[in-house]
Order: sequence, then structure tokens, then C-alpha cells
Amino acid sequence: MSLAGHQSPPFFQRGLSPFARLLVFVALSLFILVADLRFRYLEVVRQGLSVVTHPLQLAAAAPVDFVRNAAVYFATLVEVQVENADLRRSQLEAAQRLLRFEQIERENQELRRLLMMSRSVAVHSLAAEILYDAPDPFARTVIIDKGGHHGVATGLAVVDANGMIGQVTRVYPIQSEVTLITDKEQSVPVQVERTGQRGVLVGGGKGPMELRHMPAESDIVAGDRLVTSGLDGFFLAGLPVAEVTLVVRDGEVFLTVFGEPLARVERAIQVLVLGRAEPAPSRPRASEAIPISADDLVDEAQASVEPEPDAEGAQ
Amino acid sequence: MEQSELMQPTHRSNRILQPARNWFIYLSLLIALGLTYIPTGRLPGVPDWVALVLAFWCVREPLRVGMGMGFVLGLLVDIGQGAAMGQHALAYVVLCFFASALSRRMLWFSAWQQAMHILPLLLLAQSIMVLVRLIGGAEFPGWWYFLSSFSSALLWAPLGFLLLLPQYQPVDRDDNRPI
Repeated sequence: MSLAGHQSPPFFQRGLSPFARLLVFVALSLFILVADLRFRYLEVVRQGLSVVTHPLQLAAAAPVDFVRNAAVYFATLVEVQVENADLRRSQLEAAQRLLRFEQIERENQELRRLLMMSRSVAVHSLAAEILYDAPDPFARTVIIDKGGHHGVATGLAVVDANGMIGQVTRVYPIQSEVTLITDKEQSVPVQVERTGQRGVLVGGGKGPMELRHMPAESDIVAGDRLVTSGLDGFFLAGLPVAEVTLVVRDGEVFLTVFGEPLARVERAIQVLVLGRAEPAPSRPRASEAIPISADDLVDEAQASVEPEPDAEGAQ
Repeated sequence: MEQSELMQPTHRSNRILQPARNWFIYLSLLIALGLTYIPTGRLPGVPDWVALVLAFWCVREPLRVGMGMGFVLGLLVDIGQGAAMGQHALAYVVLCFFASALSRRMLWFSAWQQAMHILPLLLLAQSIMVLVRLIGGAEFPGWWYFLSSFSSALLWAPLGFLLLLPQYQPVDRDDNRPI
């Protein structure tokens, strides 16, 4: 081995020159980067190697956990009493709503049976706590304290008391990484609650969230609530996501619609991980569709004009 | 012998160091990796311990710690931080290349002057990571991100002192010793 900028005599030289080694390692790194960022091929490698790093990570997190627990321990009695009163009040409210909810659900099931519709999707939920922001400063991700051992899987929705805050994007044995809906790369298939019109809500990073693919003649005004449409097969339908804050009608093909998340996305601590209790029905393939009549063909053509839920956001 | 030379032996000082032991090099890198894994959230200016210790050994022991070590440690940091795979690996490989290229020159300077040599390398490594992620479609993390390089450079002198401690020979007051 020789050092960069210092040539060793030819008969002592062994192996590649430093600059050649640099090129080899840079090429290898770039290859790995593209495979991971562009194609997501390396999740298996990442999971495998994280077995090696996991004990070290646990050891490193121990002092932080200790500080957090100590802070809870030294919380004053007054604070706890105030919080307790708040919780009692909200529990009372929740109990009233729960009574009504049970009645409505029974009624709903009865109506569905009468209409011979399939049963509504059973929900599987898991309470979790946000531990900290993920160390990667380039993405808006947080770490929650439930992982693969608790039944968390990638793609599940994460909500707080007010609405959706993000989606599980990576699962570790006892922790998971949740990408917040405000992340630039995150998108949620939504529909306008009032009209049922569908669109894709894309996170804006530091800026507001943007609702894409809304045709210019859409009926949408500031103040409309956006809920998940459930069309991606990952999220349950009807989870509140955002409120429309600004609609710009500037004569383009699509409207420019901005929204603000309903949930306390960057500040939530107690969250629920929501998923379907049973896997969603598999998607039909394009080749399996057998057009029967001209009307069906027209229907299909119309359906294909509808905006597709963003496949990237639902990964 | 001047006090500063006692703190940090350079090529100018006449203090002779024992060779660094392999296990000590690996242990220091492992501890640096552990420090990097401490979840500090979005706190700006947390030093990049792995980059710092890696650069230190690339300067002091360029024939033992080099780009291969930088690549492996970079991958481990990427996995631990949930960053893009290869992001830190790329940055550390470039850092190691320039650090070992500077190794013959840097040891003629005092510790603080050495830190001035290291600062641009750390900034270069961070710029590479920003560039790679921006091309990958991420959002710019803000200028506070680069504070980490400055806090790392500040730690160069004290960290160097700590990492050289095991290599000090016991002070032997023999005035007739040839070297």
C-alpha cells in the first residue's frame, strides 16, 4: 500500500494506487446508493446488517431512555393532577361518544346486512409512543417504540387523536420508522370528505402540503376536510388527514390546492398504528380484465382517467 | 520540551510514541460508532464521531486505517441512522483518501492548525452527503446541518490527546539516552 501523493518505488509497490482504490470505493458506494434510493433493493441487506448494529444501538439509546424516564419521575404532583383531571374529562366525553358509536355500528351492520354488502373491514390497532426523531436529517421520520415483534408491518398508517401523522416505512425488531405525511417523498391517497372526489396529497417538507390532480372544475373550497380514500390497499378509508387552506384557480388544467395536516404531525407523542386485521384483497391484473360489452369498455376507459393513487407513497 | 508538545506530539517534538495497538484502534472506532448511534434527534451541531476518529487514524496510521475501513464504517452508520445506504460510506471514503494524503504534512503542525486542515475535509464529506441526498429527492436540511463539522473540528485537539494517551512511553529521565 502506498499513500496518496507519495509514490513508492516500483519494486515496493503492492496492490492498487490510492487514487485507483478511491475510484473503486466511490463507484461501489454510488452503486449501493442507486440500488437503495432508486430501486429499494437493499432492505434485506439492511435488515441483516442491523442485527449486528442493534446491540450497539440499544446500548447507545440507554442513556437517552434514562434521561426521559428520570424526567417523568421528577414531574411535579401539580402537573400530574392537572393531567389527571384532563384525562378524566376526556374519558367521560369519549365514553359518551363510544355509547353512541356502538349503537351506530350495530345499526350500520344491520343496514349492510339488509343491503347485502360485505362486512366493513376489521381494524387492527396498536398503541405506540414516539421515541425520537430519526437521526437522518434529510427526511421527516420518527422512531416509535413498537416493531416487528409487536406486529408492526411496513405500510401501516400511524394516527394520533386528531388524524393521520404518517406511515410505517421501515420495521426493526422492537422499533419502527414512521415517515411523516409532511415528508417531501410521502404521499397519501385522499378524498374530499364533502364531495368524495379523489386526489393525492403530497407532503411539502417545510412548506404546506399539496393536493395534486384536482381538475379545474372540481368542487373544493378552503375548509374542506381530506380523508384517506383507502384505495391504495394499505390505509383504512376515512382517516382524517388534512384540511384545505388555499385553493388557487388560475386557469390551469389542475387546481393548485394546499392543505394543513389535522393531526399534530410534528408534536404527537402517543400514537396508534392502524392496519387491516386481514390482508387486503389482491389487485386484479390488467390482463385478467375481460371486457364484456361496449358499455364496459367505456366504463373502463373512464375509470382509467381517474387519478391513480400514488404507488410510491403507498410502498 | 514545551508544554504544547507534551500535550500533542508532532514531528517537531522529540517525544517518541509507541506504535498504536490494533485492538485500541478498533475499540476507539467502535466507541465512536456507539456515540454516533446515540439518538439526539434534530439537535444541530452534534459532532460526527466516526468521521473524526476515522480521520485521526488515517492521519496517524495511514497504512493501517484507510478507505476500506471508512467504507465499512460508513455502511454501519447508514444502517444505524436509517440513512440512505452508501451515503456515509461515500463521504467517509473521500474523507479517508484526503486525510491519508495529508498525513505526512499535517503532523508538522500544532493540534489547532491540524484542526484547520481537518475542517475542510469534514465539510467536504458533509457536502457530498447533502449533494447525494438532494439528487435523491430529499429536502435540504438547513445550514445548521454544517455546524456538525465545526463542532467536530473543535474536538480534534482534545480527542487527539485522548487517542494518543496509550501510545505515550513512560517518561524516562535518562539524560544519556541516545534518542
